[in-house]
Amino acid sequence: MKNSRVFDLLGPIMVGPSSSHTAGAVRLGLMAGKILATEIRKARILLHGSFAQTGKGHGTHLALIAGLLGMYPDDERIKIASQLAESYGVIINFENIDLGQVHPNSVKFELTGANGQKSTIIGSSLGGGKVIITEVDGFRVKFTGEYSTLIAVYPDYPGMIAEITTQVASAGVNIAQMKVSREGRGRKALTVIEADEVIKDIVVQHIKGLPKIEKVMYLEQMN
Amino acid sequence: MRSYLELLEQANSNKSKISEIVILREMEATGLDREQLLAKMKLNYSVMQQSVEQGLTSEWRSFSGMVGGDAARLIEYGKSERTLLGHTMNKVAARAIAAAEINAGMGRIVAAPTGGACGVLPAVMITVQEIIGSSEEEIIMAFFTAAGIGMVIAERASVSGAEGGCQAEIGTASAMAAGAAVELAGGTPEQTAHAGAIALKNFLGMVCDPVGGLVEVPCIKRNAMGAIKAMTAAEMALAGIKSAIPLDEVIDTMASIGRQMPCSLRETAQGGLAVTPTGKRIEENIFRG
Ligand code: SF4
Repeated sequence: MKNSRVFDLLGPIMVGPSSSHTAGAVRLGLMAGKILATEIRKARILLHGSFAQTGKGHGTHLALIAGLLGMYPDDERIKIASQLAESYGVIINFENIDLGQVHPNSVKFELTGANGQKSTIIGSSLGGGKVIITEVDGFRVKFTGEYSTLIAVYPDYPGMIAEITTQVASAGVNIAQMKVSREGRGRKALTVIEADEVIKDIVVQHIKGLPKIEKVMYLEQMN
Repeated sequence: MRSYLELLEQANSNKSKISEIVILREMEATGLDREQLLAKMKLNYSVMQQSVEQGLTSEWRSFSGMVGGDAARLIEYGKSERTLLGHTMNKVAARAIAAAEINAGMGRIVAAPTGGACGVLPAVMITVQEIIGSSEEEIIMAFFTAAGIGMVIAERASVSGAEGGCQAEIGTASAMAAGAAVELAGGTPEQTAHAGAIALKNFLGMVCDPVGGLVEVPCIKRNAMGAIKAMTAAEMALAGIKSAIPLDEVIDTMASIGRQMPCSLRETAQGGLAVTPTGKRIEENIFRG
């Protein structure tokens, strides 16, 4: 690990037992839930590799559910996440899957929200509680949640990216990284913007209000 | 932080402690100010204290049901006349097991550097604070020395069992704790390096072979040994005993041994204690049950 920092060695504060199989799994669930961006009703959770094999003993299932319900990796209710989901009326199913050449600790979420909205998310837990999201609604992406992250889906046409970045920049937010993925020329595109600072809700709302925008998701920076 | 030698030289030329250099570098790298860093570390320490307390007093069972209650058992025995370790070292071992048991039971801990090794730092720091009577400020600062050692290990080797075996987890935790203990007890920057080196040398080659792939057996008891070795290494360094091989070279050795370890001995539960007849039986019971 290059450029490690003090709190990589002492931290995170988390519920055990495993930073990759428990803390990382909570984060993945949390990010998936935020990408769905509405109250969750149903989740089909597909486990790959080591998540499928040793997940049970590490509480990976509970951790993923806890994340989906909005808990953070240090929440002591992770242990009872399954009961909590039931009491909230959230239907959860687990299956195993082979996602091919991905990190051994990977998971695919198929989520349904309160108003029937659907999201598919694939992500991996890289160790030490660090995670990466690699796919959102069929688009290949790459973001970690270590920055404030804004995701926008829209029909791919010239000028759209500029309109979005102008909104972000005019709020005085410094863009750290930006990546666009396309489904095919002239069809749909998804842009991920990672910023150092918090992107205020009003800015997110403005972007949502841009003509032609289909979907905007915002994940606050996680530490 | 590419080498501990670099930290040592800077500490010596500034006539300051290692922790001071680590905190200055961290401020520069992250843009956070001293108060923010200290506050974050303080929170870590209070969670560490809570996890130890909880582990010593509750009948906590691990997630698989394989382990639990050993910290309480050990601290109770330590009160008897026949304690072999003496009251203080008994507490070190029991506290390490306490936090590690909480981790295994899905309780809240601080990864240090990982969840599997989360008992070593709290056990050593709480006990040294008791022995020396260190202030809260001193103890919080000493954690930055621990982090300094850990950061060099993370950059030159690894702190993950899957990459470097258990030497990289418990070994790293023990080296970090040894260095911090020396600083708390008033040792010199050089002595923190010797303590870290002595501790780490005594974990070289230790494989990661958790039964059933769970952070329980042998992990929890290895936390006790990691803490005891840290205390012993710190005591040696404070007495003026030197490590013949400098810390940076011990770390490089650990990295090289880690690379030579077969995959079966790096957290895959396909070798070592995990594949003993009993280990396999336990695994079957957990995953069938
Ligand atoms: S045996 Fe493996 S899982 Fe257990 S503490 Fe050591 S490195 Fe961590």
